Amino acid sequence: MAAHEAHAHHDAHGHHHHEEGFISKYIFSQDHKMIGKQFLMTAVFMGVVAMLLSILFRIQLAWPGEESDFLSFFLGETWAPGGVMKESMYLGLVTIHGTIMVFFLLTGGLSGTFSNLLIPLQIGARDMASGFLNMLSYWMFLISSLIMLFSLFIETGPASSGWTIYPPLSALPQAIEGSGLGMTLWLVSMTIFIASSLLGSLNYIVTIFNLRTKGMKMTRLPLTIWAFFITAILGVLSFPVLLSAALLLMMDRLAGTSFYLSDIIVGSEMLENHGGSPLLYQHLFWFLGHPEVYIVLLPALGLTSEIISTNSRKPIFGYRAMIGSILAIGFLSFIVWGHHMFITGMNPFIGSVFVFTTLLIAIPSAVKVFNYITTIWRGSNIYTPAMLFSIGLVSTFITGGVTGIILADSALDIAVHDTYFVVAHFHIVMGMSAVFGMFAGVYHWFPKMYGRMLNTRLGYAHFWVTIVGAYGVFFPMHFVGIAGAPRRYYDYSVVGEYDKPTYDMIMDLNVIITVFAIIAAFGQLIFLFNFFYSIYRGPRAVQNPWRSNTLEWTTPVAHIHGNWPGAIPEVHRWPYDYSKPGAEEDFIPQVVPLAEGEEGDH
Amino acid sequence: MTKLIVLIVIILGVIAVAQLVRMYELSSKLRNRREEDIPNRDNRLNATLLLVFMFAFFASVLYLFAEYGYTGRGEAASVHGKSTDWLMDLNMLIITAVFFLTNGLLFGFAFKYVRKPGVKAYWFPHDNRLELVWTVIPAIVLAVIIILGLKSWNEQTDKSPDEAIRIELFSKQFDWTVRMAGDDNKLGYFDYKLTNENNPLALMTTKTIQDAIDSMENSSSGIHALESKLNNPKLMFVPEDHALMVKDLARKERMVRMLYQLKARHNSALDTRVMDDIVFNANDTLFLCKGQDYEFNFRSKDVIHSAYMPHFRAQMNTVPGQTTRFKFRPTITTTEMREKMHNPQFNYILMCNKICGSSHYKMKLIVVVLDKPAYKKWYARVSKLDPKAADACKTFRNTYAVGKPKAAAPADSTAVATAPAMDSAAIVKTL
Ligand code: HEM
Ligand SMILES: [Cu+2]
Ligand SMILES: [Cu+2]
Repeated sequence: MAAHEAHAHHDAHGHHHHEEGFISKYIFSQDHKMIGKQFLMTAVFMGVVAMLLSILFRIQLAWPGEESDFLSFFLGETWAPGGVMKESMYLGLVTIHGTIMVFFLLTGGLSGTFSNLLIPLQIGARDMASGFLNMLSYWMFLISSLIMLFSLFIETGPASSGWTIYPPLSALPQAIEGSGLGMTLWLVSMTIFIASSLLGSLNYIVTIFNLRTKGMKMTRLPLTIWAFFITAILGVLSFPVLLSAALLLMMDRLAGTSFYLSDIIVGSEMLENHGGSPLLYQHLFWFLGHPEVYIVLLPALGLTSEIISTNSRKPIFGYRAMIGSILAIGFLSFIVWGHHMFITGMNPFIGSVFVFTTLLIAIPSAVKVFNYITTIWRGSNIYTPAMLFSIGLVSTFITGGVTGIILADSALDIAVHDTYFVVAHFHIVMGMSAVFGMFAGVYHWFPKMYGRMLNTRLGYAHFWVTIVGAYGVFFPMHFVGIAGAPRRYYDYSVVGEYDKPTYDMIMDLNVIITVFAIIAAFGQLIFLFNFFYSIYRGPRAVQNPWRSNTLEWTTPVAHIHGNWPGAIPEVHRWPYDYSKPGAEEDFIPQVVPLAEGEEGDH
Repeated sequence: MTKLIVLIVIILGVIAVAQLVRMYELSSKLRNRREEDIPNRDNRLNATLLLVFMFAFFASVLYLFAEYGYTGRGEAASVHGKSTDWLMDLNMLIITAVFFLTNGLLFGFAFKYVRKPGVKAYWFPHDNRLELVWTVIPAIVLAVIIILGLKSWNEQTDKSPDEAIRIELFSKQFDWTVRMAGDDNKLGYFDYKLTNENNPLALMTTKTIQDAIDSMENSSSGIHALESKLNNPKLMFVPEDHALMVKDLARKERMVRMLYQLKARHNSALDTRVMDDIVFNANDTLFLCKGQDYEFNFRSKDVIHSAYMPHFRAQMNTVPGQTTRFKFRPTITTTEMREKMHNPQFNYILMCNKICGSSHYKMKLIVVVLDKPAYKKWYARVSKLDPKAADACKTFRNTYAVGKPKAAAPADSTAVATAPAMDSAAIVKTL
């Protein structure tokens, strides 16, 4: 795979006389940079859809039962007769929103985009270990996305039992409409998604193990790569378990097996299934589900580590401790899944074990936070939009993380489980953090992806609207939850029946939340505009705009197959030599050999 | 109307985009500097904004705490609830402190250490002592949290005392049904195959088993009826209907075989356990007695539900095919709580808190806590057969249609099942 061409990037209009045809360059591309961009585009689209869905059901929550032209415009007469959303559609929207956000935006999109883009570039490889599998991974991702979107348009509605699709609800079409064809499509889509994710992850792992350039020891890898690496391992170990959970569910639905079903009468129909356990599903689901939140989060943390170090012009504090925390988090994330099941009827003793392991995770997480803060301390901080989003990430990681301590404490979880307190927690710690990490990554590596720069001022506007909007959405949700408001409720009229003042308070907050959500959604238009406009008209980028140390900035701006026109550079140092005493510049790229008498890695 | 609004929104959108484009192009032309070179002014502006944001954020957090704090669900109305609230406050205190401290450091440093011309960043790649400190301190704090939490958890999930009253909460789409254990304080056994209109909770006695068998065999859609339809040469069926009927027949035959097994195994000495159980109608208020221990047994007929009683700090899922349990002792009567909440209309509530279908959000049960004398009066009413008010007595012995003709029309059975509704407010007033 020698570097064989260096034609400028944006000239192609799809004429086949190019050395590389339109099809093989833009569509069935096997080049990791292009695949990364394909993942990003798909994820941006999916993210917009999921955000729109959330605005739709937020309108219902803030102004329940009121006619809304907005709703009737998007949902039509079938799903919003007279402009009032139907109950079943509410649940369908919530379910697809959650599914898209967690799996398609933040698993496929985040790690698909940046693992693909950065792994070969930062370890010094010409491409992924298998370009073909990589391409397959993207196409499966796209197909599963399309199936998931398609399920929104079928007559019986999309899957509507929540993104966790607990059986028996998800197994019995008699119990809820969405458990018919909608759930079948959900399962098919997720099966393909899992296959895609596995192909991708295996590729990342093999590439990181085998294709590092000369001198790139594991202890010289940028933290981004460490994060992608552990993320991929988590994915490989946990997604197959979700697949098995989904297959068993499929069997219960289609083949009359009783893995999850026992002694059920639904409507007036007495089912014969006996001996299955709905808890089995929950164990299998959360065995993926918890690692999943770190699959979402670790890449974001990896990206931020790199961005904070670069823009504070300081080495990341405690590089080895950071690697250690990633490893510890990765390991622990496999033995905490039971914290989602404290009140399911699971044996309380097992519950206590999960309390212990879960609270342990707080330690490596705290270490990471303190290391970030120390990196910023006495730095020479430059506030690019990427840096702002990274600081936003650290803040949301703290804010959302601390409430995890309450949820992990089984005795306290009893009172807040499945309320909006949980919704607040996971949106802040997982949703906001990961989305901020993703934005930070896009702002920082946009020049690498498209050879052009994003507009910085629009980036600022985007950041400020987003952080204010997102905290405004999710912080008040804690109080809605503490007041006892269950999640996945179409409206809170029940609360009004037993305690009017509490109902009024919940509704006050719900209106505030929805207003912030709408503001935040408009804020994303700034980003979308900046993003698409700059792809075509942004100012051309220089090779190393952020004066950064890592290898990707030694490649030419124009994309070429094989990444480096000549030989792959050799690596001589760790990636965080910023503001090193004795050095002239405030950064020393990894390819620069150690000077006479200079101390090496840290 | 809709169309007009959509049109206006689209036009406004186009204008906004056009403006953005102009601003965008102007700004890049005017400045004639590279996007990646952040001018000091912008840099300082953002640093300041970070600090301003922090103060605004902190202020709103404090405001939310002050304004909305714990008021929503009120004081804990159970013994364990009091102790978990104490623990909750402690944990809240710890995490709020950590929240302010770390966010403060983050934004504070971000503000203070903004790039200044001529000042180089401080080379500080690691420091083992510091790292040890912030590994060990969280570990110690967490150890305390874990120990206190588990102590509380063990108390809450421990076996309930013998004198705890056994109550079953039976869930189905989309309501709750209460069954009390009656004078023997033992809940009778059940089997889901025994479910019918007269016996919605599928309680198991010699008689209910026999009735289930009879209805499986002899009712209008029973085995015999199906067989005679299928064997009737005069009747013609669409092939699909025919297939369905054959399938249904096979299913019923398997079910009835299991019922016969159940019958063979059944020990009729256990019937009395069921007979004194007090079986309410779906949606009938749950009455509890202040200061009394309760053990709740949860069951589900169809999908997973969850019994969430926020004021008692209690929650447990109901799982089909499995019985789950939770215990607590209420400490505040409804009347007292109304005063505490300054709301004469207040009621305790049990809400469904596991997504269970489209009416999930309406699935609730009113809970009333009475003081001892009132409770005793109420209990006598529902448990003792008083000829003057026979329909108030809810024991299974009294409500299960004794010796009723088999082909009980649904209309009949509802008549039996629907005793005067229990209006909780009225009850509280009269007792
Ligand atoms: C505009 C921003 C967003 C808003 C306004 C929003 C709002 C909401 C609301 C109100 C719910 C319903 C909670 C319930 O009734 O149980 C929800 C569910 C959920 N959201 Fe978001 N959300 C947003 C962004 C995100 C992001 C970025 C993520 C990514 C992690 C995410 C992941 C989820 C998940 C996993 C659920 C649970 C779905 C379920 O219950 O099955 N959301 N969101
Ligand atoms: Cu978890
Ligand atoms: Cu329910």
